[in-house]
Amino acid sequence: MEPIAVTRVQTLIDSFARKDVYLHLETTNGAYASHFDQSFFSAGAYIRNAHINYKHGKIIGDGPYRVGLELNIGWVYGEGLTHFELNEDGQLILAGLNHEDKIAVTLEISEQPFRK
Amino acid sequence: MVKKERHVLVIFPHPDDEAFGVSGTISAHIASGTPVTYACLTLGEMGRNVGNPPIATRESLPDVRKKELEEAADAMGLTDLRMMGYRDKTLEFLAPGVLKSMVEELVAELNPTLVISFYPEHSVHPDHNATAEAVVEALADMPKETRPTFYAVAITLDNPDVVYSVKDYMREKLLALRAHHSQFGATFAEREKHYRGGDPEIVERLENERFFNYKFADDA
Repeated sequence: MEPIAVTRVQTLIDSFARKDVYLHLETTNGAYASHFDQSFFSAGAYIRNAHINYKHGKIIGDGPYRVGLELNIGWVYGEGLTHFELNEDGQLILAGLNHEDKIAVTLEISEQPFRK
Repeated sequence: MVKKERHVLVIFPHPDDEAFGVSGTISAHIASGTPVTYACLTLGEMGRNVGNPPIATRESLPDVRKKELEEAADAMGLTDLRMMGYRDKTLEFLAPGVLKSMVEELVAELNPTLVISFYPEHSVHPDHNATAEAVVEALADMPKETRPTFYAVAITLDNPDVVYSVKDYMREKLLALRAHHSQFGATFAEREKHYRGGDPEIVERLENERFFNYKFADDA
């Protein structure tokens, strides 16, 4: 993965638009967060292989970045994104690393289902 | 130090769960001629320490961690490594009985006299606790006479029943810890420096491995 280059990522987002694609979206603090700090409210969300088709998508911000995808019947968005990669399987991987360089958010789009 | 066993079965959910707590014990059993099986339930797909620049993505991390796990197994001298194919952070959501059956099948196949896993409710991570509960459920159903001993690793309990010195196996243990580079990388390098420098607290933590002798309802 490399730091997000906005124009490149926008082109990649556009390349998946109006296609049936698979979505992976997660936010996470790590399961140990509240063990180390009891005042920490650990929240996260995870969806793997949601099957969506978005009309258009945008990347916004000056880093960390936000990505929103508009569906015919709804929305997908993620924020805190810092890095990207188009991997060898043609999957667009966007991830956000926090100040400790740990993954805090991931948004991925693929034409083939992600591995379970 | 470690007792001779017929077979030792180690069950943990994540690659690296074995490293700090039991890798010296595993090496000690192998050295004393006891066959050891390590069943690792997931490939730690949700690991978050990828470094910057990131060395892995969510999609490539399982392959990275699989290699690290194999390397750790080699370091410990372990030849029977089972990767069970579950997914990190989903274990507590599996259908009832799935993990229990998995444990039952391993126990039936390997006929161990000692099982090592986490301690239910005292292991901090939902996957750890779900694994521990499955082990207890499976073993509790066995007749007392044939039930293996269960040594449980607890993170939030004090006063373990069994403390093994694994001082003689520190070379293997340090290699096993180092193998899980994506998880411990820089943190462990720092710790290893202190260990080699003789920091008494770190020496004590690393050279001793702690277990609770789990008591089943029908145990005397």
